[in-house]
Amino acid sequence: MKRIAILFALVFCSAAYAQLNPGSESKKNGSAPQSSVSTPEEARMKALEDRVRTLAEEVALLRGELKALRDAKSLEPTSSGDILIASSNLEPGMAPSAASTAPTPSAAPGPAPTQVTQTQTYGGATSNAKLLNPDISLIGDFIGTAGHNPVSPSRSLELHESEVGMQAIIDPYARADAFISFGETGVNIEEGYITFTSLPAGLLLKVGKMRADFGKVNTIHNHALPFIDRPLVTNNLVGGEDGIDDAGISLSRFLPAPKNWFLEGTAQVFRGDSDDVFAAYRRQDLSVVGHLRGYRDLSESTNLDLGVSYSRGNSAGITAPDPSKFYTNLYAADATLRWKPLRRAIYHSFLFRTELFWSARDQLSSLNTSETQHAFGFYSDAEYRVNRRWTLGGRFDRSGRATNANLTDTGFSAILTYWPSEFSQIRGQYRYGHLWDDPNGHFTNANEFLFQFLFVMGAHGAHPF
Amino acid sequence: MPNAKLCTRLTTFISALVLLCSICAPPAGADSKLNIMTATTDLAALAQEIGGDKVNVESVARGYQDPHFVEAKPSFLLKLRHADLLIVVGLELEIGWLPPLISQSTNPKIQVGAPGYFDASRFAKILEIPTGVVTRAEGDVHPLGNPHYWLDPENGLRIAKGIQNKLSEMRPNDAAYFAQQYDAFEKRIKQADEKWLTEMKPYAGRKVVTYHRSWPNFAEHFNLNVVGYVEPRPGIPPSPQHTVELIGLMKRDGVKVILVEPYFDLKTPNAIARETGAQVVVLMPSVGGEKEITDYFKLFDYDIAKLQQAFDATK
Repeated sequence: MKRIAILFALVFCSAAYAQLNPGSESKKNGSAPQSSVSTPEEARMKALEDRVRTLAEEVALLRGELKALRDAKSLEPTSSGDILIASSNLEPGMAPSAASTAPTPSAAPGPAPTQVTQTQTYGGATSNAKLLNPDISLIGDFIGTAGHNPVSPSRSLELHESEVGMQAIIDPYARADAFISFGETGVNIEEGYITFTSLPAGLLLKVGKMRADFGKVNTIHNHALPFIDRPLVTNNLVGGEDGIDDAGISLSRFLPAPKNWFLEGTAQVFRGDSDDVFAAYRRQDLSVVGHLRGYRDLSESTNLDLGVSYSRGNSAGITAPDPSKFYTNLYAADATLRWKPLRRAIYHSFLFRTELFWSARDQLSSLNTSETQHAFGFYSDAEYRVNRRWTLGGRFDRSGRATNANLTDTGFSAILTYWPSEFSQIRGQYRYGHLWDDPNGHFTNANEFLFQFLFVMGAHGAHPF
Repeated sequence: MPNAKLCTRLTTFISALVLLCSICAPPAGADSKLNIMTATTDLAALAQEIGGDKVNVESVARGYQDPHFVEAKPSFLLKLRHADLLIVVGLELEIGWLPPLISQSTNPKIQVGAPGYFDASRFAKILEIPTGVVTRAEGDVHPLGNPHYWLDPENGLRIAKGIQNKLSEMRPNDAAYFAQQYDAFEKRIKQADEKWLTEMKPYAGRKVVTYHRSWPNFAEHFNLNVVGYVEPRPGIPPSPQHTVELIGLMKRDGVKVILVEPYFDLKTPNAIARETGAQVVVLMPSVGGEKEITDYFKLFDYDIAKLQQAFDATK
């Protein structure tokens, strides 16, 4: 408050000085020639000038003190709302240092007062509040499992993942997003990429490590999944929990489309190392992903989202002397139907999604000859938001195994989600699986109950639709 | 060599894509209308007042939709791609849906900080800027202040001035036209505001309860006294305990009117109204909330008429 008062005093002085100046000049014009003025008036002016200077110094001092105080307390940027507004007052009228403040009375006395009032009353704090820090968030993902699953047992209780997100605008041409996950097995850069948003010809370029644009579920972060786990088909055909997630370059663009259709094409090149699906044995062993997405609003509240994807890379886990000759081709098709009435968007919504995957994997057969396994898998899930706090969901899974297409796992899940607020959710999922038990050589049933607590700290950017 | 084949395929694919891009680059119309996209309908209405027939204006959110929770549908990308100017409410109102739309739009003109990105909150009077420690224990707080600031005609005028300056900067040849449009708007809004203030004068200081904190600027301008909220905290659904407390407060203070935005469930407000003998009024926070609310003036006409009815009925 004190600082604002001083600031006003200073501005007042400068304004008064400006008014004084022409007035005194006109007086002088009447009485004496301008060049030879050494009247008491000039002395007064000098005194005023000195006073303004000392005031400015005082302001700078106070400002430093305030900053120190603020740093010491390490308050949130917003908690000092009025301070921030006041500091934004300073910018138009005067520079932050005392040295440059001093000459302002004579340099620009006119506009200063108007600008001050404008930024003081209105929302000037917006730009200062973030102080160039990226948006930082942490998402905790705690999972508990009970029941029987001899094929892929998970631990009873675990902090499955803590995902730290940092997102910021880099410069006028690009933004960057980084998601680092701390799990039970270590630290992993889940994604970290720069997006160039201002390229010519409507191109969108992403460079870094990213989840490949292969189907739908592959692009979704663990905490944003509609279920606690990923569908069986992701594990069997698309390389496990992380799916195709690799370092590379992505280029996408909207394509010309019939009226009311949205069409987007994406081409991506990766190093070729993705979990259990692709491996780069040599530097040239790149993998590629192509994706075509079509979207259409059926009505204000209903829409249809379709996609086809293709990916190719060197098969992972090949022990032959020339592993670079073994390829895996993946094909996928996805369809999503969404319904969300705009007037009750926070209470009701429905989503139905199906994804189909085909895998053609070159590998060594048991007789050490080259063979290609053609496996197919899919999942269908539905989600219904019953009210603001509860969501129901169900999923059906069926998938062959990439390495042995004759073995088909089947499963289904039912899930109930409770949202205390937008920033946390509590879920319970029942999961049944009819799974191939490889070591024992027979199918076995798995019955499990999973529960999950998810919580968001900080500002986590919105996920793509 | 399978690898060479892969490389050729890749090169073909990329060159095909590049070719496609060069073929269908959008035609650059120099003197056509300015394409303005806005986050909400109110900003669209204001932009239309100033832009007149020199602009095409469209809003992403609809007037009856909760502006906090809009879906970032790809169909909006098609519109944002061709926008010359994007006007946003700011103060993190659109944080859940606008940033991905902007970055995916591939439109350099409307990226944050570009000349075609216009944050209306920088021109408006902002209330409820939190002081002290800000945490989400307060619910979905807006650390930069309450973003529902357009519900004050004076702010509408301030935003219109900002839009006028922006449009004149983008189309200097039409500056005189935009100035004329602004003058006409200023005159009309001042006249209308006088009328609205007179209409609301008999109800000065009346106590009301609102569902969400959408009405601080409206309440301040028209001298209403908001004493409580149906939501226990912003963005947190009503809880039984808070509802009981609110009923007690309303009975004690004699509050007879509950204002609800069109996108909230009426179950709890109706239950509270039954207990307290109050009336539930669905008040429109945005242009287009009802079919007849086609511009910024009709928004206040509608809301004030509704309020008058409710206040008269609950003397």
